[in-house]
Amino acid sequence: MRFYEYESRRIVERAGIPVTKYGFCTSAEEARKAAEEIGGSTVIKSQVLTGGRMKAGGVKFADTPEEAEAHAAEILELEISGHMPVGVLVDPKAEVEQEYYAAVLWDGRAKRPMMLFSDMGGIDIEQVAEEHPDHVGRRHLSNLHPISGFEAKQAVANCGMTGRELGQATRVLTALAQLQRDNDMTLAEINPLARLADGSFVALDAHMEMEDEAVGRHKRMLQEIGVDLDEPRELYEPSDFERNVKAIDSADHRGVIQGKDHGFTGNLGLVIGAGGGSLTLTDAVRSQGGQPANYAEIGGNPSVTKSKGLAMEVLKKDGVEKIAVMMSIVSNTRVDIVARGVIAACLELGKDPAETIAIFRIPGAWEEEGYKILDKYGVEYADRGTSMWDAAGTAVEKIQGGAV
Amino acid sequence: MAQAEQLEGIFIDVDVSDEIVGDPELASKLEEVCPVDIYANDDGKVAVVRENLDECVLCNLCVEAAPPGGVVVKKLYDGSALRR
Amino acid sequence: MSVLLHEDFTFIVQGITGREAVNLTRECLDYGSKIVGGVTPGRKGREVHGVPVFDTVEQAVEHHGSPPDGAVATVPPAFTKDAVFEAIENGIKLIVIVTERIPRRDVAEMVELASERGARIIGPNCLGVIAPGVAKMGGIGGPAKDARKAYEPGRVGVMSRSGGMTTEISSSLTAAGLGVSTAVSIGGDAIIGSTYAELMPLFEADEQTDAIVIYTEPGGRMEAELVDWREENGSRLAIIAFMAGKFMDDEEMQGMSFGHAGTIVEGAEDSATQKIARLQEAGIPVVERIDEIPGAVKDKLGAKV
Repeated sequence: MRFYEYESRRIVERAGIPVTKYGFCTSAEEARKAAEEIGGSTVIKSQVLTGGRMKAGGVKFADTPEEAEAHAAEILELEISGHMPVGVLVDPKAEVEQEYYAAVLWDGRAKRPMMLFSDMGGIDIEQVAEEHPDHVGRRHLSNLHPISGFEAKQAVANCGMTGRELGQATRVLTALAQLQRDNDMTLAEINPLARLADGSFVALDAHMEMEDEAVGRHKRMLQEIGVDLDEPRELYEPSDFERNVKAIDSADHRGVIQGKDHGFTGNLGLVIGAGGGSLTLTDAVRSQGGQPANYAEIGGNPSVTKSKGLAMEVLKKDGVEKIAVMMSIVSNTRVDIVARGVIAACLELGKDPAETIAIFRIPGAWEEEGYKILDKYGVEYADRGTSMWDAAGTAVEKIQGGAV
Repeated sequence: MAQAEQLEGIFIDVDVSDEIVGDPELASKLEEVCPVDIYANDDGKVAVVRENLDECVLCNLCVEAAPPGGVVVKKLYDGSALRR
Repeated sequence: MSVLLHEDFTFIVQGITGREAVNLTRECLDYGSKIVGGVTPGRKGREVHGVPVFDTVEQAVEHHGSPPDGAVATVPPAFTKDAVFEAIENGIKLIVIVTERIPRRDVAEMVELASERGARIIGPNCLGVIAPGVAKMGGIGGPAKDARKAYEPGRVGVMSRSGGMTTEISSSLTAAGLGVSTAVSIGGDAIIGSTYAELMPLFEADEQTDAIVIYTEPGGRMEAELVDWREENGSRLAIIAFMAGKFMDDEEMQGMSFGHAGTIVEGAEDSATQKIARLQEAGIPVVERIDEIPGAVKDKLGAKV
């Protein structure tokens, strides 16, 4: 789950990390009031989930509340990479003495969270790590043992910091590590963490991402910071196809189906599975010159209704001429049930299964029964003796052969 | 090919013999054993829920629950049937 | 002597009364696996396909006389960590976690505890392990007769991030007369109990295994880890790789998530193209088609003579 910047600020604040006296505003009027309260110069920032705000004109500086209001009015109407803002953040323009970088993220290879700290904040941390490795401190955390302050202290000290700043940075990094653990964050980043003229440390920007799998156990916290759990947070707007397939999947607990078509514009519909099989088959179709209309995943043991539902949605897509129904060898997906589903989809749409299904290649459980059904409707099928690659190739050949 | 709103019973059909269709105990039993809700107890009579026919998983539980010949599950795609 | 499993291997099934577990128990028993107990809290006294059910792992251990060699955990994600902790703390050394959608933190905790106690985890989000002709632990290969069809005993070890593809690959090796020594469905999550590199020493020590096939996808750094392991330790085993999801390298696909939770591309380093290059540079051929795997294995084995 991705968070808007203002939500990340709230999360970080709750964890005891100092933040600026910011205001989250949904109107230009509110922005003016917030700027008045803050006093002095402010920064107005678009609240969208995508990056590139600065470049798109979504971040502006204001010297007066009136300017803040004007900028807010503009930014609230500014679309960035297809996203409209949900509001603006009004931040005091800080008098920064130094910028730091603090993050806690997963190291998959170590299978542990890792603290990352640098006294060269505000810029690309990967660049800093490469060009100034002495200015980057890191330390892995145990998953089981309580987090202790010395761990963050070591990470901070390892990038060369000492004096009063060492203690302050340590407190922030420790709180960040605790936050990451307590809230199942896949990313907990503060960049920059700023030291102000008065010596205080403040998070000028925060970027949090919570693992989707864990959202269910943080509902109260999410509600408290104002997250609408029903609102989807994709980087892009789901298509009708994707939404429809999701609805069909939710309506029936038997088996799992998934469909994606963002970036796919072809004429060959794919009714494929399972996870690894879908990836392999999509590659196989494209490598042989085919143009998939979509990606899909069939998993578990879907009902006829569910299989039919996926096939129908694929067939209803603009430009889809034929479908290829293919999976890796299945153990608990019933071949005959899927066969019924895809044939029923064709029939209900007034299409001839033999013409519409370019190839059916699902070896495995109840395959003999499946073949009987496919024989009855004249659908071309292949058993495990035909590789996934060749099955995909047959589908591509058929659709490109200008079949009727 | 004729276009239809929703096709039912294109792969599977079931025959429930006249002798048993009015048996309320059997109606309840069939409703209970079928994992895909093909049977319903309709006021003491065995009712077939046609919209679920094609979900039949060929488990044979209905055939076994009924007396011999009472329920026949027909596979329309190859002409064979499950019966006892 | 197989990798992980052996003829006398005993295991329990945690969550045995669940729908998937009941199925999997039947399949494994039919395959000849020795399931010596099951655990579902509150259901002590029941039986699943003749396997006694207990409330606690402790009771199952007592019944068996000593800790069984393994456990298959099919418990829902909110309870998996507790179940796996219970297995580990009762002396079980090999745990196959079938459950998917477990929060990463829980997985990391389980893996760390296993490491502290000298236990090993396979998965989560996996189909388990099979040593053809010996034993099956998990749903891998499906019903016994299907599993026997796809998995003939042989010389090739298989490690795959996809359960289904483990069987597809093994089937092609079987059809080519090569067969499989042990196949491991290692799981599709971002953090898993046993990576390729972590399992390599086991295959290395197995005189039945001459070659390894890995199935992989974009996301994560397991390939780099494997290459590093091989460089540091040397290996007598030929390794062939297959990478799926190459289409994800396309511009339009960036940032999308496909397949397993772990397959979210995070920067160029983890892209399919980069991984393929790294593997090939290290002398690990990456074939384009699954059906090219047996030929590639034979080439490598032939070359060693």
